[in-house]
Amino acid sequence: MSAGQEEGIEKVLGNSVLLTQLDAIVDWGRKYSFFLYPFVTACCGMEFMSVAGPRYDLDRFGAALPRFSPRQADLLMVVGTISHKQAPILVKVYNQMTEPKWVFSFGVCATSGGFYDNYATVQGIDTLIPVDVYVPGCPPRPEMVIDGLLKLQEKVAKEKWSDWPRGEALVSKKGR
Amino acid sequence: MNVTLKKLKDSFPDSIIDTHSFRGDDTAIVKKEHIVKICEFLRDDDDLLYNFMMDLTAVDYLGREPRFEVVYHFYSLKHNRRVRIKAPVPESNCTIDSIVSLWIGADWFEREVYDLYGIVFKGHPNLKRILLYEGFEGHPLRKDYPVKERQPLIGPKN
Repeated sequence: MSAGQEEGIEKVLGNSVLLTQLDAIVDWGRKYSFFLYPFVTACCGMEFMSVAGPRYDLDRFGAALPRFSPRQADLLMVVGTISHKQAPILVKVYNQMTEPKWVFSFGVCATSGGFYDNYATVQGIDTLIPVDVYVPGCPPRPEMVIDGLLKLQEKVAKEKWSDWPRGEALVSKKGR
Repeated sequence: MNVTLKKLKDSFPDSIIDTHSFRGDDTAIVKKEHIVKICEFLRDDDDLLYNFMMDLTAVDYLGREPRFEVVYHFYSLKHNRRVRIKAPVPESNCTIDSIVSLWIGADWFEREVYDLYGIVFKGHPNLKRILLYEGFEGHPLRKDYPVKERQPLIGPKN
């Protein structure tokens, strides 16, 4: 995960108890307070609305408040089909988000293109931006989404201080 | 039903390549150079009166010469008859005359065929891509367009 990329503080303290406790506290705070950016393009948005609604509550997991500005959000939920025209927009939004940030691929269209195996749909957003959790389904049941969120929380709990910052996604560097 | 094919064959004996009729569906395969005159005849002749251009599309027969075939479907509101006109278009000379002068509605149909097949319509007022975005390279409904082609707008795979 953080091979050879040790920050100054880690070099001094190594893998000592002080740093692991700091990691634990920071990760605990991060995983229970996701600010979602629901990048909703298609039908999965309906399922997202129902997950965020009162019955299948996302607020229980701390991921209640959607922030529609990339600067204020930290969990980019890509909900729905991403077409070729939409791809640079998605990459721009991802690059504008401040670190630490995670990407949650909601539904099969975002994960792998879904059943749109054609010339105008991006076959999976992981060809554009790094993804942390993939939740398949067309659309996924709200329980699956909650499971995905819990798995993301487990992933965040294992992160180290030196994992961030990571840098921007590669697609935006293309000269146009 | 066979009124149409008979009249076409009488009026344009050297433009019709082939005709066939199956269970009431009439089809005429015509030479692409005479398509405008034939369509005008179909529209204006009193016995035919095909005033409704229902569809304009194309087919790619990869491996056959001529490669493409532009297919027109006409319907006569007065006589309640349909006819299909097919015009083969070779790949080397991938153009055909536009019928926008006869039916304005053919405008977007021809733009769609240009967008997805690459067949150029001569005399079309505004021939540019209609369904796909401007930076798209290639014509996707051709049979030799690879399914997994990666377009420049979305960059190479990471």
